[in-house]
Order: sequence, then C-alpha cells, then structure tokens
Amino acid sequence: MKTTKILNGNQTIAEAVRQIDPDVIAAYPITPSTAIVETIASFRADGLITGEFVCPESEHSAMSVCIGAASAGGRVMTATCSQGLALMWEMLYIAAGLRLPIVASIVNRALSAPINIHGDHSDTMGARDTGWIQIYSENCQEAYDNFIQAFRIGEHPDVLTPVMVGFDGFIISHSAEVVELEEDAAVKKFIGDFKPPFPLLDTSRKFTVGPIDFTDYYFEHKRSQIEGIENSPPVIEEVGKEFGKTFGRPYGFFEEYKMDDAELAIVVMSSAAGTCKDAVDELRSEGKRIGLLKPRVFRPFPHLKIAEALKKMKAVAVLDRSSAPGAFGAPLFTEIRSALYDYEKRPKLVNYVYGLGGRDIKVEHFKDVAGKLERIADSGKVDELLGYINLRE
Amino acid sequence: MKKETWKELPIGTVNTQAGNSVVNLTGTWRSGRRPEFIEKNCIQCFFCWVYCPHFAIMVKDGKVTGINYDYCTGCGLCAEECPTKEKAIVMVAEEIKLAAGRKQ
Repeated sequence: MKTTKILNGNQTIAEAVRQIDPDVIAAYPITPSTAIVETIASFRADGLITGEFVCPESEHSAMSVCIGAASAGGRVMTATCSQGLALMWEMLYIAAGLRLPIVASIVNRALSAPINIHGDHSDTMGARDTGWIQIYSENCQEAYDNFIQAFRIGEHPDVLTPVMVGFDGFIISHSAEVVELEEDAAVKKFIGDFKPPFPLLDTSRKFTVGPIDFTDYYFEHKRSQIEGIENSPPVIEEVGKEFGKTFGRPYGFFEEYKMDDAELAIVVMSSAAGTCKDAVDELRSEGKRIGLLKPRVFRPFPHLKIAEALKKMKAVAVLDRSSAPGAFGAPLFTEIRSALYDYEKRPKLVNYVYGLGGRDIKVEHFKDVAGKLERIADSGKVDELLGYINLRE
Repeated sequence: MKKETWKELPIGTVNTQAGNSVVNLTGTWRSGRRPEFIEKNCIQCFFCWVYCPHFAIMVKDGKVTGINYDYCTGCGLCAEECPTKEKAIVMVAEEIKLAAGRKQ
C-alpha cells in the first residue's frame, strides 16, 4: 500500500535509497544535500539498509569509490551538489566512459565564486557533456519518482550509462511537501535486478577494465560510449510509461501545461515550473493563450519532440537557471534554438537567465515575461536575445 | 592485426584479450639509448630483473642472459641499479630502427 508522508526533498531521496537498498553508497556531505547522506548513514546504523555505506574524504573519492564498486558489479549511488559535483569532475567522465550505471542524486546549487549555498542549475549544467543522463525534478514527488526510474534507465543493457537526478537546493531539498511513497517491495520489484556485463568479481572470465587507449582505439571507444546514451530515449519513454501503469504517475521527456491552443510558451525546468503554472493559470484567466513546457530530461536532449511541441508558437521564452558566459545563450536556450533550426516556420525565441544563487522568481516575473512575449509576437522582433529576470539593473 | 570497429568493441572500454601486453611491443617506445648486457661483470644478483618495469630482463636456467629489446623501453633503471663496480649493464647509444609495432 502507498503511504502518504510529509517530507522534504532530502528525506524523500533518503526514503527512496532505503527502499532500493543499493549495494554500495559512497557520498560526502555538502549543503544542501547533507541530510540525504546523514539519513542514509543512520539508516545503515539502524540496520534499515544492508548495502555498504562509505563516507570518504571528498567527493572526488566518493565518485571514485562508486566507480570501483560499480566496476565490481554492484548497484551504486551517490548524492552531492555544487562544489561537490565540481570536485567529482574527472571521475564523472570516467564513470560514463566505463559505462557504469551509477545513480547520483544532485541537489542543484550555485557554484562559487562568490560562495553561495542556494539553488541554481550551474552545477549540473556544467556537467551536461560528461556523458551522464540528466533528469530534472519539479518537486519532492518528482525527485522520488525520477530517482527510482534512474536505476531502471541507467542499468538497461542497451544504455549502461550513469544518471544524475536533480532537484532545486533549499526550494525543494528543505521544503516539506506531501509525498506518496510506494511500497518497499513494489519499488524493489519495479527496479528488478542489475546484470552488469563485465563485473570484476566474476573471476570465471579474464578481462581488464579501463586500460589505456592510444590514437588507434580511443575514438572507437568514445563512439561506442555515445551509443549508450543515444539508445536511452526509448528506454526512458518505456520506463516512464511503466512507472505510470504501476504507480499511477506517468512520465515523458517533458511536461506540457496548457499548451494545446497556446501561441506563446515559456520553457522552464525544475521548481520554477511550479510557480510558472500559477502564472499561466492567471494569464489564462485574463484570456492570454500561453502555456508552459517543462523539460524533464536534458540529457539526452529530446530535440525533435521539443521542436515539434514548440514549432507552432508565435514566441517562446526559454528560462535558464544557469549562465554560460561568452556563449550564444544559456544551455537550455541554445539547445532549443538549434532544435528549431530545421523548421521553415518557427517561433521567435528569447532567453532569460533567472534565479542564480537562489534568487526568487515569482508569478509577477513570469507575467512580465509573458508581456514581453506578446510584444515579440506582435512585432516579430526580438530586441534583446538574452535578458535577466529579477536582477537589479 | 585487424582493429575492431566501434560496433565490435565490448561495452565500456573493457579489454577481453587477457595477457595482450605480449603483442604490444613496448620496445617501440625506446629512443636514443638502450642497455647493453656485459656478461663477464654480472654477479647474478637479479637487481635488474627486480627493477625492470617491463619484464625485459631475460633469464635462462636461473641466470640473467640478456635483454629482450622487443619490450625494453630504454628507461635505464637496470643500468642504474646494477651494483657491480664494473657495471654488467651499461646504456649505449643505439641506431634508431623503425620498429614493427604489434606482433602479427
């Protein structure tokens, strides 16, 4: 039977970890994801989980432990954020290159400098080309659901790719919500067993994991790695549907909110999408034909599906909770603008960076964006390709 | 040796050919200098055998007999560690030959 609890994001992930009970959990505490690691440690001490819990001296070591344990053939996870994820950097590429389906719960937090502990997407956006699958969650329930699905997706034999599941620091990690937890046995059954193709603990076969490649093999191995994440879209789709059938909450690559007859659209990920839904409701009651598209899966980027969903709009605002200094636009914007390039008739696009370092974004800010979108749709012109929301100018 | 296409490789940078260092001739890395074995100075202490990182010191019937240049990278550790007054291994300049690479 499902249980309904009041939990914050960190507690929700810890509950999911307890239900999944991975073979090895290696993590180092860092605000705002500390409570995940602390709660897992107490679960272990209380005998509620049987997996090994390792707390090494840094996040770099935590990811290294994960890589070793996953190479041995274990189901492995970690939790971190911000500077912790940044410290894992070189190991993230190694996890992906070795095709180890490690699952990482990332509480999205800003990167230094200046030092800041609040929510934005700079950490995971910086890791967007490490080869990991990236899934973003709007609230505690989605974080729980995405985290469970991440194991099924990453461990699929066609995919075998690590997965990071993000949710916003403090806004979600420290805010209590009503969360539906599934039965422990049902979660275990949904995830099933992990069958690694080359577990080092299998001594019946002789092989080496991760030896050096020179100019004659590196390129082939990299291309082979890319195939894993390229194989993942049908798996992500199937797992999302099956999750819906099993637990009543289906998932796709993105959520569309009041998009059916919309002429204007806002694209925004994670917790801000919740606020945006309220703004869309208010704008709809004023007769504005506006909708929201909330990407869930950022890697692999569902470019065809998103382009199809947006192609008929007059104007679209893409909101990024990270910046890409010196780039043409912030990460989500450049992906979407590229995705629409092949369409002869396509909407006008504008990029807004918002919420860096946890800066609030409110209904009124989304309404401002809607006003700008109306002017862009009327004039057919985008005066400023990149703007900033709720910044003192 | 035919090299695999990316589709033929096992998943995850795994090498399933156990002991394939035998076919990779590390001697092709050597440039400039190579060790030369002087048998009359050798006291059979096996220091060179212990220190050689590429197992390139040849041994027959319990005695060091020379150096396998297919695998010797010319690092010079053997000559450095040779303890005899009159060295049994000395580094000498070598004519650079284009090596064959992998054994067929």
